[in-house]
Amino acid sequence: MKSVRLTSGLGFYGDNWSPVLAAIERGNVNYVCSDHLAELTLAILQKDRQKDPSAGYARDLLPMLTQLWPAASSRGVKFVLNAGGLNPTAAALALQTLFASKGWKARIAVVTGDNVLDQIDQLQASGETLAHMDTGAALGLQRDEWVFANVYLGAQPIAKALAMGADIVLTGRVADAALFLGPLIHEFAWAADDWDRLAQGTVVGHLLECSGQGAGGNFGSAGVWQRIPDLSHIGFPIAEVDAQAHVRLCKAPQTGGRINFHTLRQQLLYEVHNPRCYITPDVVLDMGELELHDLGHDRVQVRGAIGHPAPAQLKLVAGYRNGWMGHAVTGFCWPDAMQKAQAVAQAVQLQMQETRLPHDELCIEYLGHNTFLGPHASPLGADDANEIWLRMAIRTRDKQHADAFPRLFPWLALSGPPYMGGFHGMPPASQLLGLWPTLVNRQAIETHVDVQLWEAA
Amino acid sequence: MKLRLSQIAHARSGDKADTADIGLFAWEPLGYAVLAEHVTADALRLHFAHLWPAHTLPPHAAVERFDLPNLLALKFILRGALNGGAASSLRSDNLGKTIAAQLLRMEIDIDTRQAEAVLTATQQVLSDF
Repeated sequence: MKSVRLTSGLGFYGDNWSPVLAAIERGNVNYVCSDHLAELTLAILQKDRQKDPSAGYARDLLPMLTQLWPAASSRGVKFVLNAGGLNPTAAALALQTLFASKGWKARIAVVTGDNVLDQIDQLQASGETLAHMDTGAALGLQRDEWVFANVYLGAQPIAKALAMGADIVLTGRVADAALFLGPLIHEFAWAADDWDRLAQGTVVGHLLECSGQGAGGNFGSAGVWQRIPDLSHIGFPIAEVDAQAHVRLCKAPQTGGRINFHTLRQQLLYEVHNPRCYITPDVVLDMGELELHDLGHDRVQVRGAIGHPAPAQLKLVAGYRNGWMGHAVTGFCWPDAMQKAQAVAQAVQLQMQETRLPHDELCIEYLGHNTFLGPHASPLGADDANEIWLRMAIRTRDKQHADAFPRLFPWLALSGPPYMGGFHGMPPASQLLGLWPTLVNRQAIETHVDVQLWEAA
Repeated sequence: MKLRLSQIAHARSGDKADTADIGLFAWEPLGYAVLAEHVTADALRLHFAHLWPAHTLPPHAAVERFDLPNLLALKFILRGALNGGAASSLRSDNLGKTIAAQLLRMEIDIDTRQAEAVLTATQQVLSDF
């Protein structure tokens, strides 16, 4: 029976593509599905686009395909990538230019329609409340506070692009798993209401979308992560799927990492919220009966995903300007490292009071001691710490106040407690960005989704 | 006998906007029964109270648990626990990636014989890892 093999591409903007090359060269894959867009990546891309209207896509697309395309094209491997970000058309143009300069030929498809920043008023006029999905709060944002607004599209436009003959499909925001489900729908002509198969395909996508995390990377454990071999040469997960949605996970030979029951279930539940009701644009996935069968030698069989009908609404995430962060870090050496760090934290707070520095929140962390464990950190030993780093951050409405904050530190060098080191200057204020997840009627969005095929250069 | 969850379970955490999301996995079935009994949504609410604004205990509805016996796993979500979330957060760990480690620091007090049985079974699974 025909089966299709998919591999993870990147798991985020900035990931490593050497494991993708290994999957192409030694993993016998048909598709590379690459997720460049974390929730916040669009905010980074928006800054790029503000500076240059022809930017706004994930720039690693070009060096990645420069390296991968020769190996991929000789084997007929296709790509699905959400590297289009906020500007899939510009990404396709840049890719076309690159391919022309190399003398390479490829049919590139572009999926658009996810970016609704210019349609917010229309959506509201048509009755969409855009209330916050988690809190139910009414939308109170001003128009000029918005940075981006994108809807998570599903797998259908990707399947359509492949049916049109695309070798490379470029999208903006789509549900991460849709990057993988699209090729499966295309290859096996799964019906749009074949819920259990769509659910299995969604599981495949979810297991692969975070690249190395589906092969033993970031394996959250005490004393066990050391047993995962050769993370430096990790093999990204590969899924072999057939028309009946039988699924088997593996990785390319001679690669590091580990694919087993334990590493896969960590990824399976990663960021899914309710695993009995994981809502995607294509299907609502229930993992309650899902089974992972360890077959040994980095192979796992996946069975039992249950699908329920796709939702009537799609998820929209908007990013908005949400004030500023001013921050500074400085270090203290033994003796009395912690006492000194605490004394300086107090001195800085006193200065904030005396200079009436407006702020909404103050965050104090003792790096190397309790930054990550908070109250669950072990107490310091009898001999004090060798060193402690103090990090302080404030939240302000205005940039000038955030910029003023690190200026409260330099005087300490000559007039504060002894043995302070590692104050590496005053970092500029960072703009904080809020995320506004909400739901919109899918019809209002899907009528504007467009798939264009660009013929080979 | 006191057990730290790190002795009998593994965990990964992440984020969606301002909601922290933790998967907790028993190494084997005896451990899953212990987790299911002792690591309740309310236990997490207390364990993680410091993550909410002003370090105050959030309402019960802020923490939810989902049970997946098929995967020997418990899934938790903590709404509003990420200081605004991602690029709104002032924290070093603005994405909540290390919150799973905090959960593995949680201690539970269980019957000694039961604890020893879980530890033995866990060691067996780990020897095959």
